[in-house]
Amino acid sequence: MILAQLVFYLLAFVTVAAAVMVIAARNPVHSVLFLILAFFNSAGLFILLGAEFIGMLLVVVYVGAVAVLFLFVVMMLDINFVQLREGFLQYLPVGALVGLILLVELALVFGSIAMEPALGGAAVSATEAGVTNTEAIGRLLYTDYFYLFQAAGIILLVAMIGAMTLTMRHRPDARRQDIGRQVRRRPGETLEVRKVPPRTGI
Amino acid sequence: MQAYLAEYLPILIFLGIAVGLAAIIVLASMVIAPQHPEREKLSAYECGFEPFDDTRGRFDVRFYLVAILFIIFDLEVAFLFPWAVSLGEIGMFGFWSMIVFLIVLTVGFVYEWKKGGLEWE
Repeated sequence: MILAQLVFYLLAFVTVAAAVMVIAARNPVHSVLFLILAFFNSAGLFILLGAEFIGMLLVVVYVGAVAVLFLFVVMMLDINFVQLREGFLQYLPVGALVGLILLVELALVFGSIAMEPALGGAAVSATEAGVTNTEAIGRLLYTDYFYLFQAAGIILLVAMIGAMTLTMRHRPDARRQDIGRQVRRRPGETLEVRKVPPRTGI
Repeated sequence: MQAYLAEYLPILIFLGIAVGLAAIIVLASMVIAPQHPEREKLSAYECGFEPFDDTRGRFDVRFYLVAILFIIFDLEVAFLFPWAVSLGEIGMFGFWSMIVFLIVLTVGFVYEWKKGGLEWE
């Protein structure tokens, strides 16, 4: 169990350090790489908590796909990041306020548990004994939470259509592949053999 | 919990070896190889002439469309995993609930196929 605690502190430390580097790194591409490191370490933290499926999803979806999306956004925007960074410190009071509110809320939660241990309840296990985490999610998600599950499907559909309408541009000058037309093409339509008498052009 | 975490011990050892090996390779090449740094050597090489501008070129927005469609289908597949594991217990209702979900997303798939979102030009 001591090893699990050591691993927790290692993962938590790297997560926080990577998160600090995300906003401290000068190069925005490096920021995204640090963000990937933070995602990866939080996946490790989820696995330590017993939430295996969420941990794996974090690796598959966030590290695999969302990070690529962030990289694309960083690469697509033609922003001078040094210029953008100049007014960076003026947001410090607002950020400090948000951080302070979060700190007070966390202190309230832990303080109330320390004063009244019954509030914390028994240590909650992620799953019952003998049932894997993924199976436990599967038992609930598709039947008990049917409407929420279908709502997730509709949200994905809206996201798909939204992405299409926002980014699709038909360029009329672009040469697209049209397999049918390409196969139907006959040599006679494009090639012609001509007799050219010497010293004259066509 | 104990047995569950023990299953992840090989992955932890593997990660430790990977990080250690990466550190050894980088550090050894820094220590062992002769280093004579010079400004011209360290600058980006661009076929002999001075770089014209920043190397970060702008991407076409179509890459973004491909990435976002990838995320959506990635999530769709993520929903399939717990379903496949627990299919024996959730019965016909669970089965058809997933089929409805898949039909909804197939509507989107057909839409983007017909609009030409998956074509590259």
